[in-house]
Amino acid sequence: MSDTDEAVSTPTDETETDGGERPQTHTIRLELVDKPGELLSALHPIADNGGNLLSIFHERGNLTPRGHIPVEVDVECPPDRFETIVDALRAEGVNVIQAGAERYGEELSLLLVGDIVDTDLSDTLQRIESSTDATLADLSLSAPEGRGGASSARLRLATRTGRMDDVFAHVREIADEKELDVIEPLVEVSE
Amino acid sequence: MKLAVIGVGAVGRSVVDLAPEYGHVVTAVADSRSSAADPDGLDAEAVFDRKEREGVVGDGAPEDALAAEYDVLVEATPTTLGDAEPGFSHVRAALERDRHAVLANKGPVAERYADLMSLERESAGRVQFEAAVGGAIPILSTIADFGPKQITAARGVLNGTANFILSRMAAEGLGYEHVLAEAQDLGVAEADPAFDVEGTDAALKFVILANVLGQGERRYSLDDATVEGIRDIPSSALDLAAEDGRTVRLIGEATADGVRVGPRLVPQHDALAVTGTRNIVQFDTVHAGQLHLSGRGAGGPETATAILSDVGRL
Repeated sequence: MSDTDEAVSTPTDETETDGGERPQTHTIRLELVDKPGELLSALHPIADNGGNLLSIFHERGNLTPRGHIPVEVDVECPPDRFETIVDALRAEGVNVIQAGAERYGEELSLLLVGDIVDTDLSDTLQRIESSTDATLADLSLSAPEGRGGASSARLRLATRTGRMDDVFAHVREIADEKELDVIEPLVEVSE
Repeated sequence: MKLAVIGVGAVGRSVVDLAPEYGHVVTAVADSRSSAADPDGLDAEAVFDRKEREGVVGDGAPEDALAAEYDVLVEATPTTLGDAEPGFSHVRAALERDRHAVLANKGPVAERYADLMSLERESAGRVQFEAAVGGAIPILSTIADFGPKQITAARGVLNGTANFILSRMAAEGLGYEHVLAEAQDLGVAEADPAFDVEGTDAALKFVILANVLGQGERRYSLDDATVEGIRDIPSSALDLAAEDGRTVRLIGEATADGVRVGPRLVPQHDALAVTGTRNIVQFDTVHAGQLHLSGRGAGGPETATAILSDVGRL
């Protein structure tokens, strides 16, 4: 099902093609659920959108903080097509942690404070991910008083360079609705 | 110079005490009920003795001090919001007589900056307010030295009470109420800590910074600031921050986007993560990177030091 033969051939000597700029190599980091066929279905949006698959590094021994398998893919494509490929991957439900040198170049940590558990934490996280283009990279929860008491969660979100303000705005909105407080980082250091 | 000191709390008293060291003479003193004046200089000890014994500083009405003989009026009454009275009228009285005014009171500068500046334009007297922002730290004089155009943003910790509470919660793993009670015992927090822990005090200071940095092109008051306090921060939040090498501080910002004060995550070893009651402000400069100024942001002698430095600049 992977139509790699449809991939755009990559001119090497020509300085210009009708596609505009020369193809460049991009690295995409994905997170896959450990299920048969997952890898294949994650790869076909790359080829479908004119990317030339150079290598796949499947870190089967490793798990991401969410218990998924990290996969690193090197893709060659014209720069203007790269965005389309990443969008197609996401549309397919593939969790893109990092794409290219800068796309998911920023990580931001924030704290949520309040009655986090009884306001449906998993719904909160899901809505943060679906309303922004941020991906949850890590989560820690501390609820020393148990359910109903004031608890805290630390979220690490991976997002595109320059999109932090947008992410914060959405997180604030969701938190306001659930009467949670957000403690935002002052100056985000990319790690 | 001859000084009239309006307000004899910790700050006003320290100004009266330290004035001779700076070569100044205090010719008038007023509290909310009374005043004393002597064009040759008041006997500070006698004035404060009487205040202690009888609850008044002298036989005059409070407003008599405004009409007394002085070169500089020192406004050190408690900060009020909204119309910033009676502090604003005290300053107006001085400027209308072409005298200088030096403020420790944040109200008139934060809430009525435009009015204050127009009074100054009409007067031969000048207005200074270094003491209103960050106690002894020379924040406004640094901006004046650099030129407001050379500084694109100011951020930092300008409330020692909130910083004491957060840094102690983080260091000891204690809850907010516990640390607040301790701060009140130590005299670091007031019996009613709302002004400090709700972020109002810090917000007023950053509003003043925004007014100064904005050079009058855009005027700010407290209503323009986004303000959040530290009351609802559980110690679990500080624990989670610490696991990640970070901590939480009540940080203010005066940037092109406006004024914002609220608890923020900062790296534990960040310059802004000062401990205890210490204050710090960070400037982004156009040509010289970041600049940090840190020191004691409150207290009688500390604030009086800033007032007397202002008097020296006149």
